[in-house]
Amino acid sequence: MRTTTKLWIGVGILILLSPLGLILPERFKAGDAWGEWGADSFKELVGYIPKGLEKLSSFWKAPLPDYAFKGWEDKGLLGLSLAYIISAVVGILVTVGLVLLIGTVLRKKK
Amino acid sequence: MHIPDGYLGPVTSAVTYAIMLPVWVIASKIVKKTLKAKQVPLLAIGAAFSFVIMMLNVPIPGGTTGHAVGAVLVAILLGPWAACIAITVALVVQALLFGDGGITAIGANCFNMAFVEVFAGYYIYRLISGRSLITSARRVIAAGVAGYAALNIAALSTAVMFGIQPLLHKTASGQSLYCPYGLNVAIPVMLGEHLLIFGWIEAIVTALVVKYLQKQEPDLLGVSEEVLA
Repeated sequence: MRTTTKLWIGVGILILLSPLGLILPERFKAGDAWGEWGADSFKELVGYIPKGLEKLSSFWKAPLPDYAFKGWEDKGLLGLSLAYIISAVVGILVTVGLVLLIGTVLRKKK
Repeated sequence: MHIPDGYLGPVTSAVTYAIMLPVWVIASKIVKKTLKAKQVPLLAIGAAFSFVIMMLNVPIPGGTTGHAVGAVLVAILLGPWAACIAITVALVVQALLFGDGGITAIGANCFNMAFVEVFAGYYIYRLISGRSLITSARRVIAAGVAGYAALNIAALSTAVMFGIQPLLHKTASGQSLYCPYGLNVAIPVMLGEHLLIFGWIEAIVTALVVKYLQKQEPDLLGVSEEVLA
């Protein structure tokens, strides 16, 4: 088997394991990454919501925020994990598509 | 390490975009000259690997979470300029589709993870590797040390961006407009958690894959050095 094929299998395994990035923090009661809280959290953290932060925080509406699906909130950790895997697949397909496109464009102009 | 929208004021956002624009242009030019056809799939694998490793959040029990970036590994395999492009694409897709990292912070996040980490990691790896054989144990150690150090340098750079916000933007009443934590909080927390936990993940992942490739296809590890030589 070619090395690139093996590396793709490695990426595939990481995709299947990716829900660990959801389950482990939940299991060990770890919150958001430092500096990645929602605007509302600041009331509790520092007593006020920074004005500029509040305004800018809703600057962009991502289609799949936090690698989750809207309406799946009540499906528990299993549903979240499935959404996480699907998000990883979608994200990686788009990423790989873009990189191949860039690679092709850069190589063509020679 | 993905700074969301709203944490950085306009100055930091603009400056980091202004730094990254020429970096992306130079990266494209260099990659155009040096990228070989057979490396394109590897570039895609590198971006995919970085994308998924950043989703693997590791908890500090009762505290925060963090993750590896995989940028050093991609830099070792493809050279820093190609790695810069691969990690940038992963970060842009994460921001646009998944809201992981802000749109106004794409310049900043790419500066930290696709530029600072990539170049720091690459040169630390080359420095420690010296002229050792591609298959030597020294290279595995070099990869691990580079992964650990570079992720922490990126964390420090991120912390500085957070920490300077209260100095740059305040209301008349003294409230912060953007990230309210200063350098005295941001640096110890960000650096502490990466030194303690997340840096080790970057180190282990980078070293293990380099070790695997030494056995599997050592030629892949030599490519990025021809590029620069």
